[in-house]
Amino acid sequence: MSPTPIIELEEVTKIYPLASGDVVALDHVTLSIDEGEFVAIMGPSGSGKSTMLNQIGCLDVPTSGRLRIAGTDIGRMNDRALTELRLSTLGYIFQKFNLIPLLTAYENVEYPYLMKHRRNDTTGRVSELLATFGIDAALASHRPPELSGGQQQRVAVARALVNDPPLLICDEPTGNLDTKTGTQIMETLTGLNRRGRTIVIVTHDPTVATYADRTITIRDGKAS
Amino acid sequence: MKSGGIVFQLATRSIRLNFLRSLLAALGIVIGVISIAAMGMMGANMTLTVKDQMSEMGNVLTVTHDAGSSGGGGMGGGMSGPPGMGGSSSSDDDDDDNYISDSQFKAIKNAVGTNGTVYTVHSSSDSFSVGTKEGRATVYGLDADVIPELLSLSDGAYPKGDTGALVGASLAERFNLTLGSRITLGDEDDDEGQHTVRVVGIIEERGMSFDLSTDMAVVLPDESYTGYYGDEKEYDQVNVVLKDIDDADATSTTITDQLNKKKTQVSVSDASRMLDSITSTISTLATFVMAIAGISLLVAAVSIFNVMMMSVTERVREIGIMRSLGTQKVEILKMFVYESAILGFAGALIGVICSLGIGYLVVSMMIGDTTHFFEAESLIYLPEAMLIGIAICVVSGLYPAWRAANLDPIEALRAE
Repeated sequence: MSPTPIIELEEVTKIYPLASGDVVALDHVTLSIDEGEFVAIMGPSGSGKSTMLNQIGCLDVPTSGRLRIAGTDIGRMNDRALTELRLSTLGYIFQKFNLIPLLTAYENVEYPYLMKHRRNDTTGRVSELLATFGIDAALASHRPPELSGGQQQRVAVARALVNDPPLLICDEPTGNLDTKTGTQIMETLTGLNRRGRTIVIVTHDPTVATYADRTITIRDGKAS
Repeated sequence: MKSGGIVFQLATRSIRLNFLRSLLAALGIVIGVISIAAMGMMGANMTLTVKDQMSEMGNVLTVTHDAGSSGGGGMGGGMSGPPGMGGSSSSDDDDDDNYISDSQFKAIKNAVGTNGTVYTVHSSSDSFSVGTKEGRATVYGLDADVIPELLSLSDGAYPKGDTGALVGASLAERFNLTLGSRITLGDEDDDEGQHTVRVVGIIEERGMSFDLSTDMAVVLPDESYTGYYGDEKEYDQVNVVLKDIDDADATSTTITDQLNKKKTQVSVSDASRMLDSITSTISTLATFVMAIAGISLLVAAVSIFNVMMMSVTERVREIGIMRSLGTQKVEILKMFVYESAILGFAGALIGVICSLGIGYLVVSMMIGDTTHFFEAESLIYLPEAMLIGIAICVVSGLYPAWRAANLDPIEALRAE
């Protein structure tokens, strides 16, 4: 069975109109990422990799070109549909963990589940996921500020997985962690990829990129 | 914990996290709710108390002469007021036609039938002197038989002889009149000459009254009055005391129908109409005062708005996270509306509880009568003020919530 692309960019251009002149963040980028791939996107700062991440993360739509995520063209989607897509198809892991400070670790993981299923998790999936990532029940009742960076990022990974999305998008996931914890996270991601999840990771750390099957480099808005 | 539940929880947690700030904002609502509830209740109690005080005289119709200027409208002169009250009608007037004749009085009596008691009133404004003190007062001439029915005395007895007079409580106080005091009515150079009467009774204070204003008046039996001022069988006014206030309209129509058949001769004014107009004036004033109190709610609205804007600004990043995780705009909107609604509800609830006490205090201090405090017409202001308080909070939270919901998720995530 030939792999099906989960992300397809066709001549994707993103222009930010500014008073001082338009900034072309992405310049006719064409590429595709298959289901089950582990791809690293690299590039110096200002190269357009964040813009790229926002596009494939369905947080933004391209100015022109076609961008398909899991077969649907997001260019024509309204905010509601994009939000829906983010909820069902994507899992995010951020550099700064981005847990909701008002919620406990458990509630943070449960949050996307609630948004999707409109009810509490009664299947035990949340606790299970947390346990998988080494967060026991006692730790799960703590708020994010009371957890270490590594713990927070593990909670964030559990949160990204709670709705079982086919695609994980990671933005410098090890950027705020020490080497040892960073390595643990990368190994976790590799394990998830082996079980079939597509992972796209944006980084400027070459060591992180070594975990990936393929590296896409972006420079001046062009992919290579 | 439903998804709505978690949105609600986030709202409550945000309030708890910023407890002091939220408390201060809610305090504005507390004060606002207290002020409009207390003012509302005060107005309601004032209206009810005044109604109470006046309903005793609400069953009075006064019939006065009408020259026909109003074109035959039965209630044309309705608000002209009784003689002695506005001083507009007076027997000093030389117009001979300006009275109600004995036959008209009988016709009125006929028209009223068994619905009430009809009595005649002579009245004029005259100067008088007590010793060296001079003054002016309304002098009433009433049928000696009806005086005991109409007026109660605080001291003395009803007049029997020719020179016996009753004086109003205020008049007695001002001129130090006691039983047996002598009052000389009229000026020295008056046509009618001077007449000296003796105080035999002091009329109990009646306050504002529609039919007779006796507090600053001298009341004489008809015989003495006509003896001094003439005008026998020519009355300034005829009063009808109805048994049932509900007959007021029908009776006044019957009187005007029967007496004004050919040409307008009399006009009937209905105390219950005046009562209505007085209570409606008080209600208008009360509403106005309440509106002023409402300004404090406006100030509260501004502080809620401010707190909500702060809450949104502080949580921009959180909003970005929630949006990126697949939270719909409307849920973000709800979260902030919940927050302001909770502030409003808490503030309004505390406000209403305090209003009960403060309102009672205001009513007992300002009106001095709390008999109506626990009636529905007064207590209705509690839920009313509470609803207004909550509504104002929700409305002032709408714009901040809308802003939060429409933040660009990318920008929001980038916020520190």
